[in-house]
Amino acid sequence: MTPFSPFSRHGACGQSDHFTRRALLKSSAVAGLGWLTPLAQQLARGSEKSGKRPQSVIILWMEGGASQLETFDPHPGRAIAYGAKAIETAVRGMKFGEGLPLTAERAQDFSILRAVTSKEGDHTRAIYNVKTGYRPFPGLIHPAIGSILCHEMPGLDEKMPPIDIPSHISILPGQNPARGGYLGAQYDAFQAYDPVKPLPDLRSRTDDEGQSLRLDGLDVLEQSFAAGRLADLEKSRTLHRTSIERARRMMSSDQLAAFDVSDAPKAEREAFGDTAFGRSCLAAVRLVEVGVRCVEVTLNGWDTHINNYEGQAKQLGILDPALAALIGLLKDRDLYENTIVMVATEFGRTPKLNLAEGRDHWPHGFSVLLGGGGFRGGLAIGETDPTGESQEPTGKVRVEDIHATIFHQLGIDYDYEQMTPIGRPIAISDGRVIRELSS
Amino acid sequence: MKRFLTRTLPCLTGLSTVLVVLGMMMWRYLDEPTVLPLLTSPHEDLAGEIALVNAAFARAQTTPPLSSVPAADALTLARRLSLSLTGAPPSLEEIRRLEALPAGADPVNAWLDHLFADRRYADYLAERFARAFVGVETGPFLVYRRRRLVTWLGDQIAINRPYDELVRQLISAEGLWTSHPEANFITVSVVAGGGGPDETKLAARTARAFLGVSLDCMQCHDDKFSDRWKQKDFHQLAAFFAQADTTITGVREKRTKEYEARYLGEKSETKIAPQVPFLPELFAAGGSRREQLARWITHPENTAFARVTVNRTWAILFGRPLSEPVDDIPLEGPYSTGLEELAHGFIASGYDMERLIRVIAGSDPFRRESRSVDPDKPVTAEQESTWAAFPVTPLRPEQVAGSVIQASTLQALDGSTHIMQKLRRYGETRDFVKRYGDRGEDEFAEESGTIPQRLLLMNGKLVNERTKPNPVMNSSTRLAHYAPSDAKTLDAAFLALLSRYPTDPEREHFTRLLEGKEKKARERAMADLYWSLINSTEFSWNR
Repeated sequence: MTPFSPFSRHGACGQSDHFTRRALLKSSAVAGLGWLTPLAQQLARGSEKSGKRPQSVIILWMEGGASQLETFDPHPGRAIAYGAKAIETAVRGMKFGEGLPLTAERAQDFSILRAVTSKEGDHTRAIYNVKTGYRPFPGLIHPAIGSILCHEMPGLDEKMPPIDIPSHISILPGQNPARGGYLGAQYDAFQAYDPVKPLPDLRSRTDDEGQSLRLDGLDVLEQSFAAGRLADLEKSRTLHRTSIERARRMMSSDQLAAFDVSDAPKAEREAFGDTAFGRSCLAAVRLVEVGVRCVEVTLNGWDTHINNYEGQAKQLGILDPALAALIGLLKDRDLYENTIVMVATEFGRTPKLNLAEGRDHWPHGFSVLLGGGGFRGGLAIGETDPTGESQEPTGKVRVEDIHATIFHQLGIDYDYEQMTPIGRPIAISDGRVIRELSS
Repeated sequence: MKRFLTRTLPCLTGLSTVLVVLGMMMWRYLDEPTVLPLLTSPHEDLAGEIALVNAAFARAQTTPPLSSVPAADALTLARRLSLSLTGAPPSLEEIRRLEALPAGADPVNAWLDHLFADRRYADYLAERFARAFVGVETGPFLVYRRRRLVTWLGDQIAINRPYDELVRQLISAEGLWTSHPEANFITVSVVAGGGGPDETKLAARTARAFLGVSLDCMQCHDDKFSDRWKQKDFHQLAAFFAQADTTITGVREKRTKEYEARYLGEKSETKIAPQVPFLPELFAAGGSRREQLARWITHPENTAFARVTVNRTWAILFGRPLSEPVDDIPLEGPYSTGLEELAHGFIASGYDMERLIRVIAGSDPFRRESRSVDPDKPVTAEQESTWAAFPVTPLRPEQVAGSVIQASTLQALDGSTHIMQKLRRYGETRDFVKRYGDRGEDEFAEESGTIPQRLLLMNGKLVNERTKPNPVMNSSTRLAHYAPSDAKTLDAAFLALLSRYPTDPEREHFTRLLEGKEKKARERAMADLYWSLINSTEFSWNR
């Protein structure tokens, strides 16, 4: 836990010493700026285990529901394959859908969880569930993986310069980009788009002289507003000027160049594929390299209720080169051992085709890829029913188990319960670690 | 050349005509109030109730008399009401109408008359209440239409339908989610894969939204904070929704359906009959299970229903509920100051929502300034917490977007606005809110501003598009060209953006910015002024 955490480590259901919502949010708001404060970073560095490099997470988010059958869990020759073919991978006996030839060549670098289950079949709820490890709960928003990572591990490696840009970034955000939830909006993912353009909102719309005039005007307005109002309004509540100062520092940071992939070698860019998703994956590697903790990249368009095979094939054509190149580049740059890569989706798709030759939502056994970060590679954990009848796959993994496994790997005390604004203590994750994945 | 002239001259003439017309339209908002004043009707009948509420707050304030926190002026009150009830501040046009009110007229009631007649009010309040009723989820495919539900709620609010009737209709809704939009309250809970509505989600939602009781934890275990609630309270409430079924003709009651659940520590499920969690003496049989529950919830002696409604309405108007969290009020008290008086008044009025808003807006807490007149004795946290000063709270993302958009034009963007402008506003607001960050149902979380939010207002597309030099679309440029003097320009800009006149130091500073500037240089100076105003704390916070 960081020295500036607002949470007590000793909260429990039944204790009455919980925070009020406002007090808690106020303290978490102050704490939340940790992801940018040099002082906070210095403090945090001291608390990190010495000699252990901090880790990052890259989440490739397949929004809409990627089909397990056409991706990492094919059942070739079975009725539920409907003629779709599978290909061999670099791991003996492990097969992938035919749309993943480049990824298949790297199968020893990651493992596949083939029996992930959840209870959520609606997009919004299921996205929430997979991104946070919790089912939606009224009055409370749980933080996403990247938000917890930034909150629990705000410090950077001592060898690296302090980071001025956001530590949690969502590129090509879908409908529900990762959020800080009860940790505070400071932990929301910063939303960015196709790296063919610079990061949004970071370029001033005026020249230096204009900017200076504007800030002078702002000073005058701030003085009038503060007069007679709550003492410490800025410090204890709005953090308005502080945020502006930090926003300005971010605007002039050299680290912004990490997002600009135009200067990457041509071959490197081409390897990722000439797509927004491919460019975003390349940017994700570069951002991790400068110290960004978590990058989420969304590939939308997997919701194939009609013509499933064609729809999935089109998406795979985008995913395959980008994923294979992302793992390759992380390895080339010696970042793979320090970066967890997850390919996840909100649910899988029904084993049986509907009348429109589409597959509908299926949370009863779908695939998630986990690699890097010291995880074992080349495993396929769990099995789904080859007839498509059973809703209880063998070697079942619950969504929350993936979260516990990731946090455990990062050295985060995942079962630590922190007090939330509804006065209820909640564990960072209440899943169980998937032991097979640990080396 | 001739061809060029014949083609371009009509365009140029057309453009200049538009500019002249725009200039003339704007003129009347720039100078002395020459517009029609607001129509206002007397509301003396509220005085007694407001006095009771004020007396409650006066009793609770233990600190010495608060002479240092003055009454807020009419413009401040109008700004608070417009932001909280329409999602945007008053336009310059509306401000001029407010200023034209005859002396002695109560600006709050006049302003509320004005807002209640505007469809923006009904639509905006509908969205705010919908968050409590159904959340912000897209919900189950095909059987859930959130937009229809919100429009229906807006229709009810527009005619000021008694709130208890509205809630009874939601809880006992039957029929198709398209032709009976209220049925979406039930279908939002439908479980994917043919499970029908989820009685546990409906029970938890109903308890919080309509009773101000958070029973969510009791789905799995007895109350661990106190002995107040048992697991059976939750499941007996859920049993009221167990017979709701989705059929080809929409939501129907299937009277033969029973509810079963497994209590903690037991091995098997047991059949559970519906039973209300408190005040059983108010329960009356007759009709479907949901009709029975709806009647019990809205029974005039079931004050919990009024309390939670008052608390939410207060929170919408102040940005902060009377009792926190907004949907979890101790059933047997102690209650926050003013809550009982307001709740009983609301019940006595027949659950009249407009009247409730008038009473809250008429109360002393709402009418106070958020600042002290003595800069050496600024407002204290205690004054804020006892409502002796109006709390400074963050505006919601759509209110910030609404402020930028409204300020860029000088006329009210209301129901009479052209559809193209409405569509533009809708698209801009949606994009802005997505980047700014919306906490969804958790509406009243008081968070500090974030860096991405600052970046969005400093460099983002919406602010740039709405403030950059553009003589047709943007008020900043129009003011640069048509305002008769620097002083009038500043007045208009401050009123449009912050709903107040500039202070002396502000006037002095910004006059220097505008002085002697003409044409393009003046347009740029105005864009700079707008930027400073939009990026001020005051712009993004309610005061």
